[in-house]
Amino acid sequence: MSLYRAESRRLVKRRFTKLFVLCGLLVLAAVAAGVFLSNQKAGPDAIARATAEAQANYQQAVQETNRVIQQCQAAQGTPQASAFPPNCEITQPAQSDFDPRWYMPATFDFRGDFGDMITTFAAVLALVAYIIGASFVGAEWSSGGMMNLLLWRPRRLQVLGTKLAVLLTGTTVLTVLLAAVWTAGFYLIAMARGTTAGMTSGAWQSTALMEVRALVLVLVAGALGFGLASIGRHTATALGVAIGVIVVLQFGVAAVLGMANVKFPELYLAPFWVIAWLNKEYVAQDYNTCNFSPNGGCLPETLTITWQMAGGAMVLLFVLVVGGAMWTMRKRDIT
Amino acid sequence: MDAVLEIAGLRKTYRGRKGVRRALDGFDMVVEAGQVHGFLGPNGSGKTTTLRTLLGLIRANGGQMALFGRPVPQHLPEVAGQVGAIVESPQFFGNFSAYDTLTLLADAGGLRRERVIAVLELVGLRDRARERVRTYSLGMKQRLAVASALLKEPRLLILDEPANGLDPGGIREMRTLMRNLAESGMTVLLSSHILAEIQLICDQVTIISAGRRVASGSVADVLAQHASSAVKVRLEPGVDLIGAAAILRAKGADVTLEQDHFVVGNAGNPAQITRILAEKQIYVSELSPIAADLESVFLEVTGTAPVEGQNRQVDQTAMAPAQGGWGQ
Repeated sequence: MSLYRAESRRLVKRRFTKLFVLCGLLVLAAVAAGVFLSNQKAGPDAIARATAEAQANYQQAVQETNRVIQQCQAAQGTPQASAFPPNCEITQPAQSDFDPRWYMPATFDFRGDFGDMITTFAAVLALVAYIIGASFVGAEWSSGGMMNLLLWRPRRLQVLGTKLAVLLTGTTVLTVLLAAVWTAGFYLIAMARGTTAGMTSGAWQSTALMEVRALVLVLVAGALGFGLASIGRHTATALGVAIGVIVVLQFGVAAVLGMANVKFPELYLAPFWVIAWLNKEYVAQDYNTCNFSPNGGCLPETLTITWQMAGGAMVLLFVLVVGGAMWTMRKRDIT
Repeated sequence: MDAVLEIAGLRKTYRGRKGVRRALDGFDMVVEAGQVHGFLGPNGSGKTTTLRTLLGLIRANGGQMALFGRPVPQHLPEVAGQVGAIVESPQFFGNFSAYDTLTLLADAGGLRRERVIAVLELVGLRDRARERVRTYSLGMKQRLAVASALLKEPRLLILDEPANGLDPGGIREMRTLMRNLAESGMTVLLSSHILAEIQLICDQVTIISAGRRVASGSVADVLAQHASSAVKVRLEPGVDLIGAAAILRAKGADVTLEQDHFVVGNAGNPAQITRILAEKQIYVSELSPIAADLESVFLEVTGTAPVEGQNRQVDQTAMAPAQGGWGQ
């Protein structure tokens, strides 16, 4: 317990931790401010204006269609008739094609839009957790602090395990607190610059579950940073792996898969697995295929990445990296 | 006396692309309770590897080690609280202050914070304790390292080159500190290259070379085992030094000429020198034994004495054959 307390103190005391938490908070604050400033409350005036604009556009479209029909009828029996459909069968626009909502100023619909905000929140905090996790153990290795600690507590796995537990606990506390503030903040933004309509208990439950998945993502990111830095015994190892994965595996693989016309290239790209995890599924489509449907015409072949598949992949990564870190901690000499 | 530290037949092998290197090759060492024990060896001889292995940082390939009679590394967690150690250069997280560094260690070890203040006072860092470690000089970091080793009031204190970077006053303070600690009952294992320092403060020494023990025992015993039979001979002014040397050489003496005297290396009976020279009407003005010091013994047993015209490489030793209880 004394080791846990000491490591908790060390984590909180580190300037790197404070700096990156602050950076994360600033980014999140900027996102929230941006959403607040770029949305407006849809009042009766705005709805009336949007309805009038939609009606005007509808009328204009009807008039234009009628004009084309008249031109068509006038052209019958002349060479210009071929420029129009046979028998002048031109469909009139429908009123429903001009939804007044499309003419409304941007407004924040909490039920519809907050999911994207949770994704943003998870991405920012996952990055912060990854870097802090890497630095928390990486700096200890490179500065010799780990060796000093092991002279006091020679149980290597206990030391590394305690550090990881401290990191994950700290990350959980930070994420849960910030998630509460984030949710409350966007609820207020929706009240001021949008709508909170439709937030039934089911909708709240769905939001809460998505936030739990976001928490898991953040924790796995922190553990991966921690594990990679511990295997490499330097913060730079984890950061190097992250940059390598982004540059080589994501951009490089995406380009190669695109050139090779591989079906469902998303399957090989991490961001889509993250989206699948947070949004419960991601449906990849292969636009080079055509499954004929009597109702919808040509439909592309699809592949669904489910949250269970994405969760399984995260567990596998976690076990490989953290297990690898524990194994190297146990086996390798400390020089 | 009880042995606080026992090492027998310790082996450590490093395998690399260039082959296998034996860092420790059957090394033995015993440190008795209450001693200040010097641990000497040339660069790359295996000193730090021995200490790291003993402290559980490196896995040995063979041999036995025990601390306070308990086999390690199996029972290291049980005895670690009684061992304070600094290994090689002091390493600390630069952005923490000395106070933070020590309180974190004290927290991890379940010690009282008051102890931190006491050790900072002891090593002379009290007034600089709140400054970040990265602003410290090497000597100050060394003091902090010693403070961290003393923090848990160990029964065995292991110090690897504690005088590194210390100013002359600091070296003297460190010497006094170690003496005081030993007098208070603490056993001190001191690895150092400052042989005069070792000779001054250590009761016993172990010398390692090429991963093996080449000398051990009390400082006096080690010096006695390597006592030189050489004598320095100075003649009356104006006497032919070369001629006198030739006379002695003719009688079988091993004579080395110096600027204004010569040294007879195999002077088992120095009276012979005066008698032989007096027969030729040559009179000796000075005849004095050349005493061995720890440095000369060290250079002799480790085979690391500089040779004119040669650049000795690290790991290059001329291993002395085992004598008495030495080596294996």
